[in-house]
Amino acid sequence: MASTETTPAQDAGSIEAGLDALETAATGRTPLRQTLLTKVLPPLTAIVVVLAVWQGLISLKVVDDPTRLPSPAAVWHVVRQSWLEGTLLGYIWTSVSRGLLGFCFALLIGTPLGLLVARVRFVRAAIGPILSGLQSLPSVAWVPPAVIWLGLNNSMMYAVILLGAVPSIANGLVSGVDQVPPLFLRAGRTMGATGLKGTWHVTLPAALPGYVAGMKQGWAFSWRSLMAAEIIASFPDLGVGLGQLLENARTASDMAMVFEAILLILFVGIAIDLLIFSPLERWVLRSRGLLVKG
Amino acid sequence: MATTTTLAKAAEAVAYAARLEHVSKSFTAPGGRQLVLDDISIDVAPGEFVTLLGASGCGKSTLLNLVAGLDRPTAGSITTDGRPALMFQEHALFPWLTAGKNIELALKLRGVAKSERRGKAEELLELVRLKGAYGKRVHELSGGMRQRVAMARALAQESNLLLMDEPFAALDAITRDVLHDELTRIWAETGLSVLFVTHNVREAVRLAQRVVLLSSRPGRIAREWTVDIPQPRRIEDAPVAELSLEITEVLRGEIRRHGQH
Repeated sequence: MASTETTPAQDAGSIEAGLDALETAATGRTPLRQTLLTKVLPPLTAIVVVLAVWQGLISLKVVDDPTRLPSPAAVWHVVRQSWLEGTLLGYIWTSVSRGLLGFCFALLIGTPLGLLVARVRFVRAAIGPILSGLQSLPSVAWVPPAVIWLGLNNSMMYAVILLGAVPSIANGLVSGVDQVPPLFLRAGRTMGATGLKGTWHVTLPAALPGYVAGMKQGWAFSWRSLMAAEIIASFPDLGVGLGQLLENARTASDMAMVFEAILLILFVGIAIDLLIFSPLERWVLRSRGLLVKG
Repeated sequence: MATTTTLAKAAEAVAYAARLEHVSKSFTAPGGRQLVLDDISIDVAPGEFVTLLGASGCGKSTLLNLVAGLDRPTAGSITTDGRPALMFQEHALFPWLTAGKNIELALKLRGVAKSERRGKAEELLELVRLKGAYGKRVHELSGGMRQRVAMARALAQESNLLLMDEPFAALDAITRDVLHDELTRIWAETGLSVLFVTHNVREAVRLAQRVVLLSSRPGRIAREWTVDIPQPRRIEDAPVAELSLEITEVLRGEIRRHGQH
């Protein structure tokens, strides 16, 4: 028989404490300097390189026609001008408010739709393939029918956004639900999480990573659809958004303004993603230990 | 067909924590119906620790699923005293919740009031010696710690019967050893009945009061041993090794039969 000085229970406790300490890795925050070096420096370098090449094309007279390629300074001048006139934020706000509101509607419709497709076999067989197919349909295609059905107004814009974003959001949720490990569902059932309780406490949180990925893509689609709608269906009464700005610049043959509009569209799309969706996705993944620190 | 699965509500005096009477289970397989479990009858007394031992193909996990109510027997009946708690080989903790919140979810689903949940969860963590792990995420815990949280979550169900499906099989030997001690201690402290499935003979003898050996394909009860070595035991103890040897011989005989035709 084994003879130890401590009681078996105390013994187990102290070994356990040792094992726990040995097997738990210490985690800490990455220092600010390292974040700047690994996360901020690379994209800044890329932007500087692009600007340098752009300026080089002008300075070395490779492109010598400002109606084809305006200089960075000229574009900056136009942006500054519209800022000083107070119209810049107006353009951005018109588009962003439409985009975000449309996206929220898309969430309200896409979420139950996705759940229905994921959980009800008949619905999945009926509309599942169409839903995935719709993702590959360019949302510009919806602009002409939307204009005919709804006229040149804001509801037309929202309709185009919805048609672009709802399939992405629903599909994201469907793939999220499909990837829930069956073990989680079994564990939930033994604890009494069945039916709606099971959906709320197990299926939905387990499907969150897929859902957030779908939201991210849904935003990209919302923004693209909105720009398409604004460019094609520009109408003075609608208020000037970034798409209309681009279209106005084209009709005025003002290349610097065209560049301003393109850069602003790009900037806003990236900014919304960086400010809202990327942090959301990182938070979801990190809290589950799915994000390896690079 | 006499298929009745009764979840009897906690009666005053129940003579058993689980009663399996002539339970059979077959599945539809490509070559016709396949019998997985054949006429299994086991009683688990309140507070008893029973291990189900068998080689692969004896249907031990199927049997546990039946007792847990996740599946229904083809014939026979299973009666348990309330809904049993179930622990898996994988911890099956929810990664979107902290260790403490995982336990609280089990409490919530059982209908424990919100104000009491936090305290109870802390108590259960203390019982598995993980005081201070309340706010830890699952991925921040080691394998042994995860299984202990899973044990605390199973205990949170306050069921009279704990079903364990090879819960320590994926752990290293030292951690497994420590968890055996913990399980024995918690079993003694709580007075739970445990039905523990394993293919590890020494583990079965180390833990149980009664070892039930299942034969393979189909699973039938081959033999039973009562283990009266006093707890606390250690897996290296001579009586444990002796009985293990005896059981292993019978188990080998069972496996050998399958190679003879």
